[in-house]
Amino acid sequence: MLQLDRLTFTQPGFRLTADWQAEPGSLIAIMGPSGAGKSTLLSMIAGFLPPTSGRVLWQGADLAPVPPGQRPMTILFQDQNLFPHLTVAENTGLGLRPDLRLSDADRARVGQALARVGLAGLEERRPAQLSGGQASRAALARALLRARPILMLDEPFAALGPALRAEMLALVREVAQETGALVLMVTHDPEDARALGGSLAFVTDGVVHPPVATGMLLSNPPPEVLEYLGRK
Amino acid sequence: MKPRLAPRQNLPAHLLAGLLLALVIAPLLAIGWRGTGISLGAADWAAVRFSATQAVLSAVFSTLLAVPVARALARRQFPGRGALITLMGAPFLLPAVVAVLGLLAVFGRGGMLNQALTALDLPPVSIYGLHGVVLAHVFLNLPLATRMILQGWLSIPAERIRLAQSLGFPPRETFRHLEAPMLREVLPGVALVILVICLTSFAVVLTLGGGPSATTIELAIYQAVRFEFDLARAAGLAGVQLVLGGLAALAAWGLTRPAGFGAGLDRPLRLDAPPGWRRALDVLALILTGLFLALPLLAVLMRGLPGLADLPASVLPAAARSVGVALVSAVLATAAALALALSAARRPGLWVETAATLPLATSGLVLGTGLFLLIRPFAPPMTLALPVTVLVNLALSLPYLYRILLPEARALHQDYGRLADSLDLRGWPRLRWLVLPRLARPLGFGAGIAAALSMGDLGVIALFAGERQATLPLVVSQLTGAYRMEAAAAAALILVALSFALFWAFDAGGRRAAA
Repeated sequence: MLQLDRLTFTQPGFRLTADWQAEPGSLIAIMGPSGAGKSTLLSMIAGFLPPTSGRVLWQGADLAPVPPGQRPMTILFQDQNLFPHLTVAENTGLGLRPDLRLSDADRARVGQALARVGLAGLEERRPAQLSGGQASRAALARALLRARPILMLDEPFAALGPALRAEMLALVREVAQETGALVLMVTHDPEDARALGGSLAFVTDGVVHPPVATGMLLSNPPPEVLEYLGRK
Repeated sequence: MKPRLAPRQNLPAHLLAGLLLALVIAPLLAIGWRGTGISLGAADWAAVRFSATQAVLSAVFSTLLAVPVARALARRQFPGRGALITLMGAPFLLPAVVAVLGLLAVFGRGGMLNQALTALDLPPVSIYGLHGVVLAHVFLNLPLATRMILQGWLSIPAERIRLAQSLGFPPRETFRHLEAPMLREVLPGVALVILVICLTSFAVVLTLGGGPSATTIELAIYQAVRFEFDLARAAGLAGVQLVLGGLAALAAWGLTRPAGFGAGLDRPLRLDAPPGWRRALDVLALILTGLFLALPLLAVLMRGLPGLADLPASVLPAAARSVGVALVSAVLATAAALALALSAARRPGLWVETAATLPLATSGLVLGTGLFLLIRPFAPPMTLALPVTVLVNLALSLPYLYRILLPEARALHQDYGRLADSLDLRGWPRLRWLVLPRLARPLGFGAGIAAALSMGDLGVIALFAGERQATLPLVVSQLTGAYRMEAAAAAALILVALSFALFWAFDAGGRRAAA
């Protein structure tokens, strides 16, 4: 279980708190106006940003002393998920071994993961030779290999068109299903939240509210969500 | 809860910074301990005055003469312009002993100028003394000044040039409203950088200066250690040099931006190129500068080529020693600068910043004197001449390397730091798979600069070396001092070739690795 225990980040003119928990395997979209602190929340959970107070716990263990790379999670950023000087296979292989000393079996697993996300045959390409969707797929293949219990996505497909985005979200769901991962996905688009399914944590006025079933929240929105959605 | 530090990544860098600080500060302490209470004599104060005078004159002449050259380069288009700008970067890597040799060939006793004067029945001129020192410093620094000022010209915003053109400004008004403000901003920094370089210049003064009226502090230190064996006096002089040079260096460091090597010297919008006498003036400036820079080097080439077949026996072993010293100091300095830059990119800190900047306040002979004092109780300094040279070269090239690498390390951290952290990429794999490939280009370039500078440097080695530790610049300088000009020129050719080959090898290696 992921537990956000009165997790708080403050700096002059900005405050964010989250105090809730999520079961393994849940799919949670985190939505809210820009500047509300969606990415700040992920940064704290990922270990890039030390919280001002409060704790992040996984299965009861405080993650504070754990460096980002050893936390039980994979994170996909908005862009720059791949190193441009490494091939697709190497970028993906980093998910198995950061020192890239891959055995034949490892290499076979990399190939399988790439095939799984539809990138078979593109192993030797550099990221510059990939389309935006293909780059996202490669990052997802790496997430598959890392198979960490939490998968966090920070507006990962914002640069893709609607059709491609839906396709990628479906793939995220499959990856999560195969690895049993708890998904935390930051988005500003209610359609993305709906496509992910699961629940929705709305961020407003410095609070990340506990996640609520997405369909319910969107079909019967409280005033602040309504204001965000822009419907009267 | 307090924010966690990232001790694992920073501890080695902090230890390294501590070692580097010790390397710079321990010699200074030795100097302070040995040199306090020493009263400097009239000759020493003359050296202080001469140091300051020649440095100011060199800085003023280099800077002012560079203005017309930079302007001509900024507003004229001609074939070979790019090559000329690139060539202007070369004297930075040119060993000073070679420049001196070339100037002797043109302006020296039997040089081209005096031959011409004799043919015209005019009295010969001497290159030795203040004017010779200034001439050599202008030769070495005019290109650097030109490049820095050219940067200033090219940084005039395109919008303002467009505005001036749309208002139909004649050249005079363009100068008043666009160029003069830029020059006011740029020139003091340029002059200060050159002032610092000339304050610590040693090789030039060793050959062209000397005597009671033309001795700098650096030269006086050398003489005190080498000939009078008066270490207390050397320490006192080093202390004065430290105060003088240190203040100027730190002022220059704060005031100036990097000169910008290589890239970014072209822009879409160019200043008007006025015709008429202004055009003639630009052409003249470029031709005179070209001749001034090229003739001495051609003279070395012509004198040296025949001598290559009959090199003194000391040249080849000295060349091997020099290459060894250059390679080791370049690799060590680059590695150290990289470690400091990566740490500073992750978390800026005063400790690392100080370690990377403090060496600027010293000079080769200051550090050398201090190390000499430190080593002497334990071993004959001569036996450690080469390791000491490596250490001093490392310390002196570190600030430049750090300055080259820091922006690149920052960009790397910004772009890929989190991704690498999230993938648990650290230690050697991070270096192997992220840092070295992404920073190969600046690393190669920086190591090339460090190697070439170290290869051509004549400083601390002159304090320490005996016959069997001499490096190639020392051999060239000794041959020049003994008026064996053909042999000196031949050795100088080898020195230049090796310096540029080292620079090229590192730089090209870095570029290839980055591709």
